[in-house]
Amino acid sequence: MSDALPVILVGYLAAGACSLLGCFLVLRRMGMMGDAISHAVLPGIVVAFLLSGERAALPMLLGAGSVGFAAAVGIELLHRRGRIAQDASIGIVFTALFALGVLLVARFAGQVDLDMDCVLHGEIAFAALDPLVAGGRELGPRAAWILGAAFLANLAFVLLFWKELKLSTFDPTLAAVAGVGAAAVHYALLGLTSLTAVAAFESVGAVLVVAMLIVPASAAYLMTERLGTMLLLAQAVSLASAVAGYFLAVRWNVSIAGMMVVVSGAIFAVAFALNPRMRRPRAAAAPA
Amino acid sequence: MTAHVVSAAVPALEVHDLSVAYRSQPVVWNVDFELPPGVLCGVVGPNGAGKSTLFKAILGLLPTASGFVRVLGKGFESQRLRVGYIPQRESVDWDFPTDALDVVLMGRYGRLGWFRRPSKADRALAMECLEQVGMADFARRQISQLSGGQQQRVFMARALAQQADLYFLDEPFAGVDAATERSIIDLLRALRDRGATVLVIHHDLQSVAEYFDWILMLNMRLVACGPTADTFTPENLHRTYGGRLTLLAEAVERLRAAREGRTAS
Amino acid sequence: MDELLRFVLLRDANTVYVVAGTVLLGIASGLVGTFALLRRESLVGDALAHAALPGVCAGFLLAGERRLAALLGGALLAGWLGTQAIALIQRRSKLKDDAAIGIVLSVFFALGMVLLTYIQTLPTGAQAGLDKYLFGSAASLVGRDVAVIGAVAALAAGAVALLYKEFKLLCFDAGLSASLGFPRGLLEAVLMTLLALTVVAGLQTVGAVLISALLIAPAAAARLWTDRLPVMLALAAAFGAASGYVGALFSSLGGSLPTGPLVVLSAAGIFCVSLVVAPERGLAARLLRRRRTNARIRGENALKHIFLIEEHLANPALVSGEDVAAHHSVGVRDALAMLEGLRRRGWVERDGAAWSLTPEGSTEARRIVASHRVWETYLARELALPPDHLHRDAEDMEHVIDRDMLGRLDEELGHPARDPHGTRIPRPEERP
Repeated sequence: MSDALPVILVGYLAAGACSLLGCFLVLRRMGMMGDAISHAVLPGIVVAFLLSGERAALPMLLGAGSVGFAAAVGIELLHRRGRIAQDASIGIVFTALFALGVLLVARFAGQVDLDMDCVLHGEIAFAALDPLVAGGRELGPRAAWILGAAFLANLAFVLLFWKELKLSTFDPTLAAVAGVGAAAVHYALLGLTSLTAVAAFESVGAVLVVAMLIVPASAAYLMTERLGTMLLLAQAVSLASAVAGYFLAVRWNVSIAGMMVVVSGAIFAVAFALNPRMRRPRAAAAPA
Repeated sequence: MTAHVVSAAVPALEVHDLSVAYRSQPVVWNVDFELPPGVLCGVVGPNGAGKSTLFKAILGLLPTASGFVRVLGKGFESQRLRVGYIPQRESVDWDFPTDALDVVLMGRYGRLGWFRRPSKADRALAMECLEQVGMADFARRQISQLSGGQQQRVFMARALAQQADLYFLDEPFAGVDAATERSIIDLLRALRDRGATVLVIHHDLQSVAEYFDWILMLNMRLVACGPTADTFTPENLHRTYGGRLTLLAEAVERLRAAREGRTAS
Repeated sequence: MDELLRFVLLRDANTVYVVAGTVLLGIASGLVGTFALLRRESLVGDALAHAALPGVCAGFLLAGERRLAALLGGALLAGWLGTQAIALIQRRSKLKDDAAIGIVLSVFFALGMVLLTYIQTLPTGAQAGLDKYLFGSAASLVGRDVAVIGAVAALAAGAVALLYKEFKLLCFDAGLSASLGFPRGLLEAVLMTLLALTVVAGLQTVGAVLISALLIAPAAAARLWTDRLPVMLALAAAFGAASGYVGALFSSLGGSLPTGPLVVLSAAGIFCVSLVVAPERGLAARLLRRRRTNARIRGENALKHIFLIEEHLANPALVSGEDVAAHHSVGVRDALAMLEGLRRRGWVERDGAAWSLTPEGSTEARRIVASHRVWETYLARELALPPDHLHRDAEDMEHVIDRDMLGRLDEELGHPARDPHGTRIPRPEERP
């Protein structure tokens, strides 16, 4: 049972850090961009592992994060300058980068501490037990420190730029006219998403990060009409998923990260079933 | 061109030779006009005439092919806080989790700068603006639960909260009931009487003479701009609504294609 | 080398299966992907693919063993459920399409991961080979697998051939299609079914995680080459087939490398090359055209300059290279090079250091100057612009108004004799 706490903690921190940003990704209709970024970081991560020779040094991870950011910018360029449809731009860039990453993993399987399983669902149990050693002392799970840092960074971002995020999400044109830094916020969001995806990679793999970005946030969105509450509820869903997911996974001896996502999906399903628009399917604009 | 020269001190808005030739946007070509302070100006023209495009170009939201803009004597960049913009209702996400008061409060964000929170004074002002449009009771109501007319009123309150000297409104009367329309026009008149200049994209020609003291008539190019009494004439109406300048559109499209390297030269 | 030859010459049954499987899959993906692209449903294909995984696992669990029909049937069912879920989420909540796709994609996939890890704990499960469905393994294709792929490809080709005009209308104007009586819902269901079938067929070859690339990249690349749907379909199929082939080739050469990523990178490579090289929309083509246009404009300006001087003076003027250089703010050498180019086209002739217009050159110069002045007239009349606002505009437009457009402008304005500055508008048929 003492194994439970670090794993649940890591699981919660990963989902929680992702949800903080994910709430805004969902509100800004950037869910698939989140998907793209979380896949696109893979080649960067593999290269980072190869270069640093060990389980990822910080500067290397920052480099991996920049690949995700570059991918997002590349997608926008492809769409705007190359005149490719947006969904196609997303689809091409992230699958190509992800394919490259998978290839690198397969090719250098012996030399890096990475394998396909890790890519798909992470190794949260292992990550949670790998301690951070500093000054000869064990300071707790390394992954918890990394994800804790990501969590705090995202929290700081959301709190400090609360009004910029709000306005640029609700009314991007007014934000642009009033000079409220909409562009800066946009790129910061992309960059932080990328870094969070890298931080969460060891724990949940590349493919499930998008679930943590979107699912708790979407569930929360359906449960409330207040932004602050939405962010808190997303945290609650993340926590519940981490706890229940862990215990169920241990019971049935299946993928822990996978189970955490499945639980969050179940919570979403409940929120969806109970959401007010269930009975009134999407109608035209409200009457004057 | 029947564009009146403004004799007052500093014109509220000067637009010089403004052209927009941006893909998938209507063409706006060589628009040149001035507006004095303290007028309520309607902007009319057929669909695809470039009315929204003109606004967006003036506000720096679209790149211009040529020309420049001066707001109250200076470039737009330095005058952002003196300009208020009320977009079309559909351009905003009404499913966003927030209430009416908060939307109005967002009108103050431009003045706050990074990291600062709206103050009590800002909140009080926002509440006042809601009262002015008759929406004080709805301050805490979620915006997704508001009707179209109520949403428009909230937008008007936000405009008031921006405390601007130059306002751009894109179709504020679209899809609202008569009572809301009356309250909006009263509000716009109040703004004008306070010395602001208000431009309103408007689609109903019947009410032009009643609502607006100035009129700007646009169809890809400026047909006329001036006091309604002199400018809103059958002749100008005919030129505005009498058909597309297909040759202009074609020429601009060719120019753009050549610049982008799209057609064989 | 040996390996390469074996592959290219299809020396054994296994290679035949691999090539056939990947090429046929590429064709099907290209065809179906084209319609998905045009209907902006590219990412739905991705969701379908990820959603298929739990279906594969469930099929295995229910059949008790690795039976193709069960696995693929499960995949198809799960994929279909996924698409229904996406539509349901969008219709019955305030969530938009990106969130709906992302939720279904990731939750279904997570369920698949749970089932997969569960299967790995079973005595029969260990290495049931199900993980091949994740990244693909063309090397393990057998005749039956290829038959499935082939059937899907044939179905796709058949559907496209039979329902071509219905699909075309659906893509470009769904509303019109419905109002003309075409069963829109049914057609959309057919397309979605084809998409699902292609995804399922691709699971073994390219894998669930990457199949969407094969649905998107060849179609997007084809789009860069043409505007016409039949050509686009053919190109997409060809690009898909090529991606499949190249990917399979490298996979067999590289030993244990999975096929999926190699096929995807091939498709992405074709796309990138198309992005640069395609004649109409390619970046290289656009750059070249812009350069050529600018050169043409410079030449036309030189012609115009000479004409204007000749127009102003009583005797034919002696225009030197230095004059042209000064007028255009270029070096004398560039000016002379430009004049040489004009001379090669027969528009100017040279007498020592003096350049003058030939009759052909004069006609051409007249056309340009006429375009300029007629455009100024048009601006003055239709846009009511004052005389000092006309020149800059006309300087740009004179180079894009061709003979035909000039004629129409002239017609519309009633063949004006003079421009708004009072200058005569030259007519091509006049004597110089």
